[in-house]
Amino acid sequence: MASRHTSKVYEQELRTLRERLLLMGSLAEEMIQKSMRALKSRDAQLAMETRRVDRHINRLECEVDEMCLRVLATRQPVASDLRFITTALKIVTDLERIGDMGVNICERVLELCDDSPLPETVDLSTLANDSLSVLHEALDALVSRDTERANRILARDDTIDEQYTRVFQQVLSMMSRDPNTIYRATRIQSIAKYLERIGDHAMNIAETVIFLVSGTDVRHENRMSKSGIDSIPPVSIENAPPDGQKRH
Amino acid sequence: MMQSNLPAPSQLPARIVVEDLNAYFGGAHALHHITAQIPDKKLTAIIGPSGCGKSTFLRCLNRMHELVAGARVSGRVVMDDIDIYDKRVDPVRLRRRVGMVFQKPNPFPTMSIRENVLAGLTLNGIRPKDADAIVQHTLERVALWTEVKDKLHNSGTSLSGGQQQRLCIARVLAVQPSVILLDEPCSALDPIATARIEELFAELKNEYTLVMVTHNMQQAARVSDYTAFFYMGDLVELDTTQRIFTNPKVSKTEEYVTGRFG
Repeated sequence: MASRHTSKVYEQELRTLRERLLLMGSLAEEMIQKSMRALKSRDAQLAMETRRVDRHINRLECEVDEMCLRVLATRQPVASDLRFITTALKIVTDLERIGDMGVNICERVLELCDDSPLPETVDLSTLANDSLSVLHEALDALVSRDTERANRILARDDTIDEQYTRVFQQVLSMMSRDPNTIYRATRIQSIAKYLERIGDHAMNIAETVIFLVSGTDVRHENRMSKSGIDSIPPVSIENAPPDGQKRH
Repeated sequence: MMQSNLPAPSQLPARIVVEDLNAYFGGAHALHHITAQIPDKKLTAIIGPSGCGKSTFLRCLNRMHELVAGARVSGRVVMDDIDIYDKRVDPVRLRRRVGMVFQKPNPFPTMSIRENVLAGLTLNGIRPKDADAIVQHTLERVALWTEVKDKLHNSGTSLSGGQQQRLCIARVLAVQPSVILLDEPCSALDPIATARIEELFAELKNEYTLVMVTHNMQQAARVSDYTAFFYMGDLVELDTTQRIFTNPKVSKTEEYVTGRFG
């Protein structure tokens, strides 16, 4: 997109949309950073302040949605502009969900604030650093429209999943050894799950960046082929189970 | 309609094969070495800024370009293994096979609706025995029969703009063409009349090869299967409409369809 639109107003609309989206991304990133800092220092004040950032993210979500609808209705965008609008609608949902995860982390931190920290045997820091790192990288890839960077992010999904599994096992092991830790351990396990989900949303953003730049849809390529879903035949109307009988 | 998974135009049977086509207006070189295949029984839209050569290209496909004083053409336009610029080809007979619909509906003002439908035949000296059946069938084909069947002897110009354009399309269909060229066929029509004509194109392309010049890119995206982008006399890109409007290969096309110039 070397040149500018003939319509300066349209150009400005797209620029504003891009800025709002990136502001949302930086707020979501800030929320996760601060909520993890609040957890580390058991800082209830910081957790409460951070929780409030979500309202701003939610407001931006509505604004971006509305702007996208307006551009679709009035400009009928095509090609890279169309990809930008449709990806903005997707990214905004991922960022809003990340904001919600930030709220959830803050709530767990507030529940943990009155208790002493768990023994060092449960280590959230690697998972937290990696989840934050992929989120940061995904937003950078979006800013720089860098598909290589986005592809590198996708390669890190398995590592984050493994880290979550490791934390989950540490938590289980601790609870079985010392039932007094159950209340705190379940909170830590929840936070680990939120971090893993934030990583998943960052993966979605990275996939969306690849589509935005190249027009190639890479969704599900990685995860579906690995999990063997490709080998499952699609359900057609004819062989679908009758109403009320769900497949498991 | 913009369809996904259509093959590249070169992979389909071609109705028209254009090879190294050049068009000139006196000393002005309007089309530069155009090579393209127009797929059979598909709607191909031609887009590009004013003066890019899209209408000239269209008029080269039925030898109307040469009707302009000083205009000439080089290269080949092949239909059914015959170069339409071969000296043995009669341009008048060719134009029956390659019909044309213009921007402004142009029914013959002194003729009735019925006479307008049959004009392509009668002006060529053909007096069909089954004229009534031809009139009914072609007017039904353009979804005009029920609206005009009781006033077939009224003037063609008594109809609304959209009806007149459908009448002009009926006039083209009556001579049984295989290709229909459309030069901005909806630009003088309101949105409802435009929608009706577009609906008609969706049906006609099952039987005919349609080539449409349009300035309305949303229309090209809505109704065509393939889109060719012309710029300053060059064919920049010809591909599936889906490709052109979602992820064109050439940056110039991208700039044009997104409104970054033109």
